[in-house]
Amino acid sequence: MVKHLRKIIQIAWGVLTNIHIRGFFQGKIYTGPLKRFCVPGMNCYSCPGAIGACPIGALSSALTARSRKFPFYILGFLITVGVLVGRFICGWLCVFGLLEELLYKIPTPKLHIPEKVDKPLRYLKYLVFAVLVIGLPLFYRDDYGSGLPFFCEFLCPVGTLEGGVPLVLLNDVLRPALGWLFRWKFLILILCVLSSVFIYRPFCKYLCPLGAFYALFQRVSVVKLKVDTSACVSCGACGKACGMNVDPHKTPNSTECIRCGECTKVCPKGALSFTAAGRELSPRKRKEPVSHEKETD
Amino acid sequence: MKQKKGSGAVTWILLFLAIGMLVYGAAAGQAEAVFTKAVKICMECIGLG
Ligand code: SF4
Ligand code: SF4
Ligand code: SF4
Repeated sequence: MVKHLRKIIQIAWGVLTNIHIRGFFQGKIYTGPLKRFCVPGMNCYSCPGAIGACPIGALSSALTARSRKFPFYILGFLITVGVLVGRFICGWLCVFGLLEELLYKIPTPKLHIPEKVDKPLRYLKYLVFAVLVIGLPLFYRDDYGSGLPFFCEFLCPVGTLEGGVPLVLLNDVLRPALGWLFRWKFLILILCVLSSVFIYRPFCKYLCPLGAFYALFQRVSVVKLKVDTSACVSCGACGKACGMNVDPHKTPNSTECIRCGECTKVCPKGALSFTAAGRELSPRKRKEPVSHEKETD
Repeated sequence: MKQKKGSGAVTWILLFLAIGMLVYGAAAGQAEAVFTKAVKICMECIGLG
């Protein structure tokens, strides 16, 4: 396997889906036909380089429409991705996740969040999805009957980083319009960036509604992480290597697993592997002959 | 712990339904709605309201 394969894919995907380089010079966004399609990870459609649409922005904005049509297209896309690969997208194909990972590489002492704080906080992202992406955009209406994409407007640091900052820097006309909302969103972005230096992927763990949505499909997705229980010696090396604090030999299909594959590299027994519809995707380096294999939820 | 092998019927039913929703939504013009939103600078996203 190519060393650093995941990093290469993460970077290549980030570049490919933000290849409208001209936009960064002109302060304009891409308006071509590819904007009909959503990318599977968090990538703001107001990023000057983005060539696709953000699925969370698209979903929220569809729900704000006066027509109140069921968003078949976007939900169909999100469920398809979730059922196929679950949070594999988070580990491999999300630009914001990549940024958080790179920030965590800055050599500083790292923060350990105690389990009794960490565990309840992980549910916050489901609340963000249910309330800010679905509930409020669907039910809140102003005097003119229009809704608001609450997550995009009040919380999303991805929009501020990829859209807000470059567009404001590149467009003099936008600058006088900056107010408390921009400052608030900028503060959230700064907090996300700073905390990512000390905590592994804080936005992914606690706030991201897209990660929360894909997490719902971890246990039924086609691609899964599998533990060969007959080879595993419960040494715990996999759990120690996991930045998301998952214990893959106990819960290989945890909702928190981003399927990055780091644990598969450190297992001394080669007991962990990815499967698609039950078939192994990469041959494991087995250290001992094994008699049977199991997938554990 | 519950043990499972491969992908169950739920997986394939969900996948079938999801692809159906995607295709139906696209045919109903919802991809165009995504396009219309995505080609304009989103003031909410960038923090200008
Ligand atoms: S949790 Fe959200 S931000 Fe993090 S990698 Fe997944 S989609 Fe991207
Ligand atoms: S590293 Fe391998 S052998 Fe050790 S607990 Fe994890 S799966 Fe089991
Ligand atoms: S359990 Fe393994 S694949 Fe999942 S997030 Fe942890 S290290 Fe990555």
